[in-house]
Amino acid sequence: MLAAATEMTETVLSSGWFLENAWIIPIIPAISFALIIFFGKRMPKKGSEFGVASMLGALVFSAGAAYQWIQRVNGAEEGAYIAPIVKTWTWWQNDGVSLGIGQHVDGLTVTILLVVAFISSLVQIYSLEYLRGDRRYTHFFASLTLFSAGMLNMVVAENMIQLILGWEIMGLCSFMLIGHWWEEGANSRAALKAFFTTRTGDIGLLTGTAVLYFAANERTTKTLGVSGFSIRGLSSWALSGDPSSAAITVGAVALFIAAIGKSGQFPLHTWLPDAMAGPTPVSSLLHSSTMVVAGVFLVARVYPVFFEGLNILGSGANFIVIIGGITIVIAALLAFVQTDIKKVLAYSTVSQLGYMMMGLGAGAWLPAVFHIFTHAFFKACLFLGAGSISHSSSHHSFEMKKDMGGLRKFMPITFTTWIISTLALCGVFPFSGFFSKDEIIDNVGYAGYNVFMIVGLAGAFLTAAYMTRATYLTFFGSPRGASAGEHHEEEGHGAHASHDDHAHDSHDTHGHDAHASHDDHASHGPHESGWLITAPLIILATLALSSGFLNAAPFGHSWENFKKWVEPSAEVINPTGIAYVTGGAGEARISSDEPTEPVVGEEAHSGAPLAAASGEEDHSKEEGHHKSDCGTKTPVDGVCVAPQLNHAPFKWSKAGLSMLIVFAGMLSSWILCVQLYERKNKKLVGLTERNKALGAGYKFLVNKYYLDALYENVIVRSIAHPIARGAYWINQNILDGIVNGAGTSAKTVAGWVYRNVDQKLVDGAVNGSGNAAQAAGGALQPVQSGKVNMYGALLFGSAAIGALILVIINT
Amino acid sequence: MLLNQFLILGAVLFCIGVYGVIARKNAVMVLMSIELILNSVNINLLAFSLRNGSVDGHTFALYVIAVAAAEVGVGLAMVLLMYRNRRSIGLDELSEMKG
Amino acid sequence: MIAADLLVAQNIGFAIIAAIMVIGALRVVTTSNVVHAALWLVVVLDGAAAQYVLLAAEFVAITQVLVYIGAVMVLFLFGTMLTRARIGVETDLNNKNWFMGVPVAVLLFATLAIALNDGFGDQRLPSDSPVVSTQQLSDQIFGPYLLPFWALSFVLLAAVIGAIVLSRRD
Repeated sequence: MLAAATEMTETVLSSGWFLENAWIIPIIPAISFALIIFFGKRMPKKGSEFGVASMLGALVFSAGAAYQWIQRVNGAEEGAYIAPIVKTWTWWQNDGVSLGIGQHVDGLTVTILLVVAFISSLVQIYSLEYLRGDRRYTHFFASLTLFSAGMLNMVVAENMIQLILGWEIMGLCSFMLIGHWWEEGANSRAALKAFFTTRTGDIGLLTGTAVLYFAANERTTKTLGVSGFSIRGLSSWALSGDPSSAAITVGAVALFIAAIGKSGQFPLHTWLPDAMAGPTPVSSLLHSSTMVVAGVFLVARVYPVFFEGLNILGSGANFIVIIGGITIVIAALLAFVQTDIKKVLAYSTVSQLGYMMMGLGAGAWLPAVFHIFTHAFFKACLFLGAGSISHSSSHHSFEMKKDMGGLRKFMPITFTTWIISTLALCGVFPFSGFFSKDEIIDNVGYAGYNVFMIVGLAGAFLTAAYMTRATYLTFFGSPRGASAGEHHEEEGHGAHASHDDHAHDSHDTHGHDAHASHDDHASHGPHESGWLITAPLIILATLALSSGFLNAAPFGHSWENFKKWVEPSAEVINPTGIAYVTGGAGEARISSDEPTEPVVGEEAHSGAPLAAASGEEDHSKEEGHHKSDCGTKTPVDGVCVAPQLNHAPFKWSKAGLSMLIVFAGMLSSWILCVQLYERKNKKLVGLTERNKALGAGYKFLVNKYYLDALYENVIVRSIAHPIARGAYWINQNILDGIVNGAGTSAKTVAGWVYRNVDQKLVDGAVNGSGNAAQAAGGALQPVQSGKVNMYGALLFGSAAIGALILVIINT
Repeated sequence: MLLNQFLILGAVLFCIGVYGVIARKNAVMVLMSIELILNSVNINLLAFSLRNGSVDGHTFALYVIAVAAAEVGVGLAMVLLMYRNRRSIGLDELSEMKG
Repeated sequence: MIAADLLVAQNIGFAIIAAIMVIGALRVVTTSNVVHAALWLVVVLDGAAAQYVLLAAEFVAITQVLVYIGAVMVLFLFGTMLTRARIGVETDLNNKNWFMGVPVAVLLFATLAIALNDGFGDQRLPSDSPVVSTQQLSDQIFGPYLLPFWALSFVLLAAVIGAIVLSRRD
């Protein structure tokens, strides 16, 4: 072990204003949301000013926070534990349970903050042009801004309750945005489907949070002074050897079910393709780069819970990696049979999310997070490109076979950015996808999950294939349909009901006006979009090209900056060292306590790490510095907040193999496409109709594995219909019966009361008192006769009586 | 002499005066009855003054006489006014304040 | 006790004058002639003056004669004259409810009599007290009771002015 035995090394970490006040970041778009709702319609640009300004503001803050975090990491020694900036403010407290709201800022946080703020800003700028003249322009920007606020809140969340708050806001905004053109039934159905599917997953979120809270609370309050909701608390508790395997497994499975719902993993992936009914900016923001990675973020955030609960790296296969692997393949297969370009991209997103989950499930934490980072850029670029095509060329249609083709001549910028992003998606060197996706596949294999590595490689092949097909149908060949300048009549649009962004309703003057303006476009034929659309495309494509170099493992250790900045150190730390920032925007003091002897404690894992069993590389020689036992052994004093993970060393041979597979996929797909669509090769055209097996397979894919039918017709109907009927019966007979009965009895009682009490008693009393008053008055009237003699008589008479009484009393 | 005899005399005069106030219709007659009452009071005052050996009763008897004179003056002025307005001084006609 | 009996003369004198007074008072309130009533009132007032003398209040007796009989009664007669009271018998000098006065008066008298008997039943007036001199009286008036004297002057002033104002013809 190291010679510095019980030496306490104190490192002062730099902090900064942006890091300290990162909690402001979600508040900016939240305020903007309120402003848009109240004042948006009166503003000259209908509220979009607030939205764009707030997102740019959030971006500035996030960039500042990221910069200061990088300074913080750079200022510390290599491999040291960098304490996150944590702040809480208690908003409810009762009987030992206290709920807080605050921030927990570390490398993962600033990464996702940057991604969300950046993509949101670009999408909002893009929407300025894309949704011009839309009937609910202001509310669109309001929902978009609220979504960003919700996701930013989730990202900086300090505890699970705050995370759930952000999660739910995102779900609500997703519903609102998918159903933006709810006048068409298909859109509102898609929105409902998205909402309900993610809601099914959210059962897991609430259950998991509750289970973990009750299991962890005692221990976390004892060691760290935080509640069982806190992220830090849960991470340290999971790695402390304390949790019973039942509790943590149940918690991990439940939380992962929520991630399945939100991130579109099998079997709850069915909502994502239907969510393409929303406007394209929504698809590119929510359903490709930000919201759908919320599930991945959740797993990455409380990773120790999953690491321990599902025994990652300790067993041959675990829940997460299986689901991830299945998702990759089924989504990729489905992408082949889509004719709608957005659906291709949607399935591609599902597939890439499967990669991220598979990576997390195999212990490849950093590559998965890096893939979130790069995927956001190129997928958003692809979606925005699709939007650009529909906006300017295909007359708002997304059908590749019907309305696109040969567009590379007409839309050079869109074509170039599309190609760059596709290459990045396929993982071609030197585009960003190579550095992230291939790392995942590599690390999955390195950790011993060989089957899943093969699945990842197969997925890469399929990705290249279907993207080539989509590219070919869109940009190559000869223009078809709207791209050929054909002007669809109103009826013709009925075919594109689900995603056309103008109403077919002839009463909608808005739709007609915008339609009229676009008619001018269509009559000019396909052309490049305006700069408000192409500028974000160019920015994103540039990032798709270059962002990979943030963590370019092939070029050596010094290029792996992302890893340095984001990956949490798996050191054992003194609990008091998990810093609350002392004294203003200043420094955080941590003590990094290095264990003296080999830590003897219980084995946290049931078996030796799988990697050792595979007998491949020698891990201890790997990175050349001390490896902690977090994740494998229980720390005796101090806590762990992150498990020790391994990184596969980069080999050009492995990279070459994956590139070969990718090129093979591209080539074979290209050839097939040319043969099928261009040359109309007799052997290939109509193959699925002639060949029974292929035909059945095709039908199976087109019906999305009959999952939708299963969910809707079998599960939902069998559960919902009887319940609905029962509820209706209760409503009509019991509830209405009670209400009606109450009404009838009230009526009867009222009648009786009126007749008897009101008429006789009350009126009688009132009239009687009136009569009595009148009689008394009449009786007393003669007293006031006005006659002096009478008054005199009264006076003396009463004096006499008074005197008499006095006399009688006093004798 | 008994104190009581003067007091009883005063009481008798008082009661007769009260009867007069109540029973008489003519305003002047009523005023006369009031004079009776005042005189009975005077007798009372003086009787007690003699019994107590002080002069206070005398003083107040003088004051009563003076006040009575003033009162009669004003009262008769009012009667005069009444007569001028109505040509009659029957008090039973004076009932406009009747409630 | 013999000294008490020596007051027999006063007692007889008192009795006679008291009888005259009561009869006179009764006539005041029962006669149907206004002028007669006034004259009977004079009788009563005279009797009262005599009683004052018996009560050793000479100054008050003189004042009673001068002021009451001399001025007030003349005033009454003037008033009677000016209000055209009929000379001679009038029929309706009692008002409608004259009978109410009887029980009131009787009740009052009974009460008073009982009370007086009860309270002062056996008290005698001192028989040898000197007559109150004017000197004494004026000492009291212009001494302790100066304030009521002044107030009284205001009352008289007010009465005079009031009477004049009230009976002005305009």
